[in-house]
Amino acid sequence: MTNIIEIDDLSKQYGSGTTALQGVSMEIAEGEIVALLGPNGAGKTTLISIICGLVVPTGGTVRVGGHDIRTDWRAARRLIGLVPQEIALEPFETVWNTVRFTRGLYGAGPDDAYLEQVLRSLALWDKRAAMTRELSGGMKRRVLIAKALSHQPRVLFLDEPTAGVDVALRREMWQVVEGLRRDGVTIILTTHYLEEAEEMADRIGVINRGELLLMKPKDDLMGEFGRKSLTIELDAPLTAVPKSVADRGLVLSEDGRAIRYDYDTRAERTGIARLLGDLAGEGVTVRDVSTRQSSLEEVFMTLVNEDRKAEDAA
Amino acid sequence: MSPAVNWPGIWAIFHHEMMRFFRTIMQSMLSPVISTTLYFVVFGAAIGGRIQSVEGVPYGAFIVPGLMMLTILQQSVSNASFGIYFPKFSGTIYEYLVSPVGWIEVTAGFVGAAAVKAMLIALVILATSFFFVGVHILHPFWMMAFLFLTALGFSLLGFIIGLWARSFEQLQLIPLMVITPLVFLGGAFYSASMLPPFWEAVAKLNPVLYLISGFRWAFFGLADVPVGVSLVAVAVMVVICFAIIRWIFATGWRLRE
Repeated sequence: MTNIIEIDDLSKQYGSGTTALQGVSMEIAEGEIVALLGPNGAGKTTLISIICGLVVPTGGTVRVGGHDIRTDWRAARRLIGLVPQEIALEPFETVWNTVRFTRGLYGAGPDDAYLEQVLRSLALWDKRAAMTRELSGGMKRRVLIAKALSHQPRVLFLDEPTAGVDVALRREMWQVVEGLRRDGVTIILTTHYLEEAEEMADRIGVINRGELLLMKPKDDLMGEFGRKSLTIELDAPLTAVPKSVADRGLVLSEDGRAIRYDYDTRAERTGIARLLGDLAGEGVTVRDVSTRQSSLEEVFMTLVNEDRKAEDAA
Repeated sequence: MSPAVNWPGIWAIFHHEMMRFFRTIMQSMLSPVISTTLYFVVFGAAIGGRIQSVEGVPYGAFIVPGLMMLTILQQSVSNASFGIYFPKFSGTIYEYLVSPVGWIEVTAGFVGAAAVKAMLIALVILATSFFFVGVHILHPFWMMAFLFLTALGFSLLGFIIGLWARSFEQLQLIPLMVITPLVFLGGAFYSASMLPPFWEAVAKLNPVLYLISGFRWAFFGLADVPVGVSLVAVAVMVVICFAIIRWIFATGWRLRE
């Protein structure tokens, strides 16, 4: 698969001396959905803003579709659609006109059939004659997406697409992204909702204090950093964990009917088989077993904390 | 390869700005027409009746170029400044900064629309003046040329004001404090030669005097300053404004904050 975005050693230092980004490099393949995770002020929006042309980098290069964003900015920008974090729409303009306007701004000739298709896919067609100020928050956000898609970009940036929106709207937004994924649009989104990244992304990048801590396929990340817990349901309740397995950090439930065993998926041996064998040897009958993987939130906190500790030590 | 100039981009901005004008056509046209009619009634009929003529031109006709200039300066500045300030205010300015339009295209779209709107209103005022006074235009081509250059120059100035302004108050400040006094002191309603020599010399420091003088020459063939000087003055203004706008877009001053 070809890379649609290539970022090499990107940095941004503001006049005040604040370093917003340092040495960020990444490649994003066409059709991928990438989530950039990080706490507030980590540098996610700065990164997106540089790629889209809102912020001028201090060093490094960015190429979009092979076009350098500084020397060949017109060609690069034609490939990009941006949905900003804040809802910004001209209040007295109709949905239809504002979408047509954006298409024109990107130098694309009129194509009402395509715009109709975009509005229909975002459930906005019935609202095409409405002024943007009359729309609900969710619809306004969809109008921003329609504007960003109006010139048929190959890459869509969603900067905190669900910041400050309710749960129902967040689900709705995820469905929109799922639809775009099916259409083959490359999507880069920033979020600090880990659930969002877990739900949508193929790959996840973690940014903290201007540095890209890692960039991995979501499943690898979960597997690599994720801890799992095994719950063993018992046929008959126990009063205590059998002595022969007491050194393995097992936790007995209050009613004595379940044992929880936490293990590291990265370890060579998880110890599950031995544990089950030892329990059988003790005469404990197992009724059922289930596993639970730690959430991305836990993975994320582990990474950020490790980064903080490394920084403190240095 | 991308084309060097994004023509559809310029058209999108121009069209968008013109649509706003046509949406509010009554307010846009009616208010300047009413105020001009009042000027004709007050200056032309009431006061003009006592002034007879200025350098051989009936006073009612003499003030027509000044009134058109007054309108074109005010309308150019307010249209262009509001045009670019509103996206800054509503947050939609990001669209102009991330799309493949450069400073020249953004300026062409906004300033072009502001200048066209101001020229339309000025021409409506000229048409209105025919109801009150008989105006014969000696050099129609040069009248249109001065109209265009002045509309362009002051739309560029308005564009800079809109880029600079951080509030609606600031947006109003320069037109109110600077432009209107300059027009009134620039000979809109009198000839600079009617002033005592000292004040005539002071008046010649006012750039607007050169515009009104050149414009009046196109109408009646009489001018306070040579026409060539008027043309150079407005051309210099256009060049300076372009340079400032280019600097603002290159540095992002008040634009990418």
